[in-house]
Amino acid sequence: MNSWIVLHLWLIPAIPLLASLVILGLTNSRRPMAAAVAIGGQGATLALSLLAFSATLHATGFRAFHNFTWFTFGEQALRIGWMLDPLTAAMVVMITFVSLCIFVFSVGYMATDKNFSRFFTYLSFFTAAMLGVVIANSLLLLFVCWELVGLASYLLIGFWIERPSAAAAAKKAFITTRIGDIGFFLGLLWLYHSSGTLLFFDDGRGCLESGGLVLIGASATAIALLIFCGAAGKSGQFPLHVWLPDAMEGPTPVSALIHAATMVAAGVFLVARVYPIFSLGANNGVTPALTVVVWIGVITGLMAALIAVAQYDIKRVLAYSTVSQLGLMMVSLGVGGVAAGITHLLAHGFFKALLFLGSGSVIHGCHEEQDIRRMGGLRGLMPVTFLTYAVGMMALSGVPLLFSGAWTKEEILHATSRWPASHVPHFLMLAGVVLTALYMTRQMIFVFFGQPRPAPTPAHESPRVMTIPLIVLAGCTIFLSVVITPAWPWLYHYLEGEPAHFDLALLIQPMLFVSLALVAAGIALGFFIYRGAGEGDPVEHTLPALFRFLANRMWLDELYDRTVLALARISARLSDWMDRYFWDGLVRLVGVVGKFSGSVSATFDERGINAGVDETSIGARGLGRVMSAAHSGQIQNYLGAVAVGMLALLLLYAWLA
Amino acid sequence: MTLTLSIVLAVSAALFSIGLLAALSRRHAIFILIGIEMMLAAANINFVAFWRFNPQPQEPTGIMVAIFAIAIAAAEATVGLALVIAIYRHYGTTNVDQLDQLKG
Repeated sequence: MNSWIVLHLWLIPAIPLLASLVILGLTNSRRPMAAAVAIGGQGATLALSLLAFSATLHATGFRAFHNFTWFTFGEQALRIGWMLDPLTAAMVVMITFVSLCIFVFSVGYMATDKNFSRFFTYLSFFTAAMLGVVIANSLLLLFVCWELVGLASYLLIGFWIERPSAAAAAKKAFITTRIGDIGFFLGLLWLYHSSGTLLFFDDGRGCLESGGLVLIGASATAIALLIFCGAAGKSGQFPLHVWLPDAMEGPTPVSALIHAATMVAAGVFLVARVYPIFSLGANNGVTPALTVVVWIGVITGLMAALIAVAQYDIKRVLAYSTVSQLGLMMVSLGVGGVAAGITHLLAHGFFKALLFLGSGSVIHGCHEEQDIRRMGGLRGLMPVTFLTYAVGMMALSGVPLLFSGAWTKEEILHATSRWPASHVPHFLMLAGVVLTALYMTRQMIFVFFGQPRPAPTPAHESPRVMTIPLIVLAGCTIFLSVVITPAWPWLYHYLEGEPAHFDLALLIQPMLFVSLALVAAGIALGFFIYRGAGEGDPVEHTLPALFRFLANRMWLDELYDRTVLALARISARLSDWMDRYFWDGLVRLVGVVGKFSGSVSATFDERGINAGVDETSIGARGLGRVMSAAHSGQIQNYLGAVAVGMLALLLLYAWLA
Repeated sequence: MTLTLSIVLAVSAALFSIGLLAALSRRHAIFILIGIEMMLAAANINFVAFWRFNPQPQEPTGIMVAIFAIAIAAAEATVGLALVIAIYRHYGTTNVDQLDQLKG
C-alpha cells in the first residue's frame, strides 16, 4: 500500500490538472457540471492525499521517493521524481482540504459571474501546480510547477480582465515574482553546477543528502540566498511584497487560495524543503543565509503589520496580515524552528482561508462593498459569518487555548527567543503580535460591531454553500490546536520525524502568559481606540501624518515607481534612443554605403562596359552598312566582280610565273 | 597557214570574252544565259584544242570532257530557263536590273 501511493503520488497534482482540462472542454452553458468536475477532482485528490498522509504515519521520519529519467543529453541524464515525507504529506492535505473548501465557497460566490467555468478551470490548475511544487523531489520539477503557480496566479488575479486595475495587478504580481524567480533559477543552475544533481533525495547522492551537501560546500550561502530570492518573491517578503496586496483585485476565493493554501505558502515551503542547504555549515544554528532570512522576515512582518493598521479595504487588511504572518514564518525558519514555521504555515492556511472566505461572504452580503467604513453592525445580520470570522480573527491574533494560531505563534516565539545571534527579532515579533491583535480587533469592530450603516439594500447572510465551508474551516482551526499544544506537540514531532509524547504539565509555559498578555493588550488597545469609531478612523484624526504614511503603504510603491521603475523607464527611453538613432543610424549608414557602391558600379556598367559593347555594335553596324552597299542585288555586278577577280588572279599568276 | 593551238586558243578567248561581255552587259535574262553558254563553249573549245594538239592524242580524253561539259551545260540551261520562267511569272519581268532582291 505504501509503495503504491509513493509510486502513484503524481496522481495528486494530475487529477486537478485533468479536471481543469475537462472543464476547459466544457462550455459556459454547463456551469453546474464545471463546478461538479472541479469539486469532484478536488475530493478525489483529497482522498489520495489522506492516503499518502496515512502512509507517512506508519513510521516516524518516513521518507520515500520515486525517481526516473526525464531525458538524457550526452553523458548526462536529467532525473526528476516525487517524494513523500511528513512535510509533503502535511502540505498536500492542507492544500487539498483548504482548496476544496474554497471551491465549494466559489460555487456560491461566483454564482452570477459569466465566466464561471473558466474560473474553475483556473482554480483547478492553480491547485494542481501547487501540489506539483509540494510533491517534487527535484528542484527542477519544483521550479517548473513553481512557474505554473505564477502563471495560474496571473490568470486568476486578472480574472476580471475587463477591469484595468485587475490587469495591472496581475501583471505586477507576475513581474514581481519573476524578479525573484530569476534569482531562484540562478541558484538552481549553481546548485546543479556544484552538486551535479537537482534531486533532493537519491539514496545518499541527492543535493539535500550528505553526498550532495559535501559537493556544495562553500557555495551553499550563495545558492541559498539565490533560492531565497524566489521564495521572497512568491511569499511576498520585503522588498518583493508589493504585489501581494494588489493581488486583492482578483475574486475573493482567489485571494483565499493565494493567501492561504497555494502561492504564498510555496515560498515558505521552498525554504523548508531546501533547509539543509540553508543550514549547511551552521555554527550554533546560525548561518549567513539563515540570518538574512530572519532579518527579511522581521522587516516584512513588522512593516506589514503596521501598514495593516491603516487600511480601509477589508481584503487589504487581510493581505497585509498575510504578508506579516509570512514574515513570521520566515523568521521561524531562519532561527531554526522549521517545524514551528511549517506548522504555523499549515494553521495559517486554515484560518487565513477562513478569514478570506469570511470577508468574501461579507463583501457578497454587502453587495460588493469592500470599504470597512461603510460596513458595521453585521453581527446580527450575518451571524454565521460573524462567528466563523471571530474564530479566524482569534486564531490570527493568537488568543490562547482553543485556537491553533496561538500555539504555533507561541512555538515561533520560543524559537526566536532561543536564537543565539540576536534577541532583537524576538522582541520585534512580540511587537508584531500586539499589532496583529490590534488590527484584527479594529477590523472586527468596523465590520461587525456598532450600528449598521445605512445602505440602499440591507446586508444579508450568504447562502449555505458559502457558510458551510466557513464552518468547516472554523472547525479545523479549532481542531488543529489539539495536535500542536506543548502538551502533545504531535504535529511538530511528526514533521521533525520524532515520536511525540503526551505531557500535560508542559501545556502551561511561561511563553503562554507572555503571549496571552500581549494579545490581551492588543485587543484591549483595539477596543479602547476603535470603540466609538464611526465613519472614520480615530488614529487618522489624532496622528494624521503617521496614518497617511501607513495608509499609503509607507510609500513603497511610490518609492519603487521613483527608483526601480524610473530606472527601467530611463533605460527603456535610452534603448529607444539608441535604437532609433544609433543602431538605426548605423543601419542607415550601411544602406547609404551600399547605395553609393551600387551607383558607382551602375555608372561603371553604363559608361564602361555598356559603352564598349555599344561602340562595338555601332562599328559592326557601320561596317555592315558599307558592306551591304556592295550588295546591290544586281546579278551582273556580282558577275563582273567575279570576272575582275579572276582577271586579277590570272594577272597575279602571270606576274608570279 | 596551218591551224595552230594559239589560233584556236585565241578564238576560244575571243568567244569567252564575247560571252562574258554579253553576260555582263545584257539586261534580258535569256541573253545572259546565252552569254554564259558562249563562255562554256569557249571552255569546251579549249578542252578539245589541248587534246587535239597533244603529242599523244590517241585517247579521247579532251573530247570526253567536252561531251560531259555539253551535257551538263544542257542541264544547266534547262534549270536556268526554268528559273527565268519562274522569275517572269513572279515579278512580271525578266529585266535583271529590276531583280534586286538580294540587295543588302
